[in-house]
Amino acid sequence: MLRRVLSAPLRSLNRFASSASFDFNPVLLHDIAPADGPPSSGTVTSEEAIKYYTQMQTIRRMELKADQLYKQKVIRGFCHLYDGQEACCVGMENAIEGTDDVITSYRAHGWTYVRGIPVKEVLAELFGRDLGCARGRGGSMHMYADGFYGGNGIVGAQVPLGAGLAWNQKYTNNGGISISIYGDGAASQGQIFEAYNLSKLWKLPAIFVCENNQYGMGTSVDRHSASTEFYKRAGYIPGILVDGMDVVAVREATKWAKKFVLENGPLLIELKTYRYHGHSMSDPGTSYRTRDEVQSMKKTLDPITGFRKRCIDAGLLTADQVKSIDKEVKKLIEAETGEALSSPEPSMDGIAHNIVKGGFSKKKSIFSLNGVIASLSFSSHLERKKRHSPNRYRPRSLSKSDLATLTAHMSTTSTCKRASRASSGVTSYLLNQQKICESQFPSTHLRNP
Amino acid sequence: MIGVTRKTARALLSRGVNATAGSTRTHMHFKFQPDDAPAELGATEKTNMCNAIKSAIDIQLARDESTIIFGEDVKFGGVFRCTDGLMDKYGSDRVFNTPLCEQGIAGFGIGAAVAGACTIAEIQFADYIFPAFDQIVNEAAKYRYRSGNEFDCGKLTIRSPCSAVGHGAHYHSQSPEAYFAHTPGLKVCVPRSPIQAKGLLLSAFEDDNPCIVFEPKILYRAAEEQVPVGHYKIPLGKADILREGTDMTMLSWGTQVHVAREVAGIVEEELGISIEVIDLVSIAPWDRETVCNSVSKTGRCIITHEAPITCGFGAELQATITSDCFFDLEAPPARVCGLDTPFPHVHEPFYMPTKWKLIQAVKATMDA
Repeated sequence: MLRRVLSAPLRSLNRFASSASFDFNPVLLHDIAPADGPPSSGTVTSEEAIKYYTQMQTIRRMELKADQLYKQKVIRGFCHLYDGQEACCVGMENAIEGTDDVITSYRAHGWTYVRGIPVKEVLAELFGRDLGCARGRGGSMHMYADGFYGGNGIVGAQVPLGAGLAWNQKYTNNGGISISIYGDGAASQGQIFEAYNLSKLWKLPAIFVCENNQYGMGTSVDRHSASTEFYKRAGYIPGILVDGMDVVAVREATKWAKKFVLENGPLLIELKTYRYHGHSMSDPGTSYRTRDEVQSMKKTLDPITGFRKRCIDAGLLTADQVKSIDKEVKKLIEAETGEALSSPEPSMDGIAHNIVKGGFSKKKSIFSLNGVIASLSFSSHLERKKRHSPNRYRPRSLSKSDLATLTAHMSTTSTCKRASRASSGVTSYLLNQQKICESQFPSTHLRNP
Repeated sequence: MIGVTRKTARALLSRGVNATAGSTRTHMHFKFQPDDAPAELGATEKTNMCNAIKSAIDIQLARDESTIIFGEDVKFGGVFRCTDGLMDKYGSDRVFNTPLCEQGIAGFGIGAAVAGACTIAEIQFADYIFPAFDQIVNEAAKYRYRSGNEFDCGKLTIRSPCSAVGHGAHYHSQSPEAYFAHTPGLKVCVPRSPIQAKGLLLSAFEDDNPCIVFEPKILYRAAEEQVPVGHYKIPLGKADILREGTDMTMLSWGTQVHVAREVAGIVEEELGISIEVIDLVSIAPWDRETVCNSVSKTGRCIITHEAPITCGFGAELQATITSDCFFDLEAPPARVCGLDTPFPHVHEPFYMPTKWKLIQAVKATMDA
């Protein structure tokens, strides 16, 4: 006993172990024999410990940064944060290859990062800047990467897509799989059951993952689902329930699951996890659950602190190492935020990019014709007939000062910087359009009557 | 994805409080212009559109015991607070939540309506109505027709927040009225104000056909008027002439009506053009008579809406006006609408049919 007491503090000062075995909560099984189920422990090396800890901490800091910037109105629109759920994406990512496909819901920042997009591109996408991974066009819910198909705004819509990705993996036969992630709220969507049937019928290597964070927006699982055993919901597809707050448990389950689906067809994994923020940045997250509940989850089940403690106890990491990782991550986030903030906004004509490949025909360029000025189509009409009734108003063209007055009229009603930037963009755009008009039919414009 | 506006979050924190003022919008592309309620409708109260809608639903739940209202988060008050307090008042067997399943919501609603309950189904955002599209188009719209009038789901009303809100991006800003107008058997309307919203909803609840009411969500708090407190109906299928004019007719609905009104004011002041502004109110069926009479009078027409221009409802209006009023037209009818892109994220200010684009179109049409 004395030796144990003496060695305990020593272990936390000096790293002794290069690897350790972690046990975790037993995995519940549906339609799988207990002997065939995933393991109940996993080995973590010290390198892996550093990696997982760094990844999770980076995601946590990135999400908290996004929270801060949203409150400063640098990020606008919708923003669904992943903090609390880091173990899910980090655990899964470290069990699969880059050639495996992943598709998830709108709570996508963590997955975007682990799938290879640097923090600055994630943040720039949130800011709507050109440096963003979708060039600022998609925002929080639409981030993509190699082998990562987003980022999807419509709840549950990503799951049939994931079945399609699995089909492709089977067809190309490179030993890859697809992982389709959805939340507990989405589990009630009809199209998910369609995806289950397709993948089971065609024996696709698809892992369906329900990231059960206990709440579908503001509705707890028992109030929105007749059955809260999400891993059993697919019936004829085997399922496992895994502790989603334990990164090693998630990793081991995913490793096992990949082998399973390549041999047996689809599998359903329910990851029991928790989100600290509300559903989105507009949801305080405390009207349907108590602050105490959130705090107690943070204290007792936090994936990062839990993993840290276990690694330190096992001698994989020292407290100093952890401190220095924390510092590095903090520095990284600050640096990446700065870089993302200094990236320019996408250009105005970018609005018309990437709608249809091959674009529109020259005459009907959307930006100049559709929806803005009909007069460009008047040209041939005007050649044929010009009607001016003396009683009708004879307009003068909008001079630059008119436009300036009208723009000032608009700017005084706007308090947002972006709007006034937009208005100057629109002014110059309108002036440009007016020039086009005037060059087309100069004789119809009366200047300064 | 199922986001909640910041104002609603504040409302969530201060439940039961009329969350009207307090938070300022950073930039709105329009300025809401209130109307007066007709005097014969009796006493009025200053109400915003969200509370006017709540009042309509409240009145309907009181006068018809078979009425039920449901949708995602409807029970606790709805993400826009339009059903706040109704569950406490009428019980959770009449005001209840559904899980996340739009197709299920629509289908279930159709079933309940066919069986005879006055059914109000809420689709949380109009952008999410597409899983329900099959049920609405293939079941609801065709029920009476295919059963030879044996059955119908006239008691179904679907209400859904729509249109741009400033930061909604792809999936919280769409205006899908044109998709449904294309389906015979449905009635579709878009209120521009609290008075309209309450009256149209009360009409839709009693109408013998399945109705869809698309409520512009940006108006929920921004629009405040003196709304009659009692029961009243605004007829479906009737357009509203908001401002008389002689030079041009401007035709719109929903939020865009206020942009049109503002433009009419600006061009009258700055350029001396007199514009007749018409709110179409009802998309299906639409008031052909009022519109064509107006265009025949003025000789020019601009149609403006937020939805993308190609096959937006403006296309139907433009085609009909051209064919019916051809010999009275001084200039081709024009459309100033959203661009043919998915509703953008960062580029929203350039997508929208702003007053500047409208003014330019007015000028160009007058020039022709």
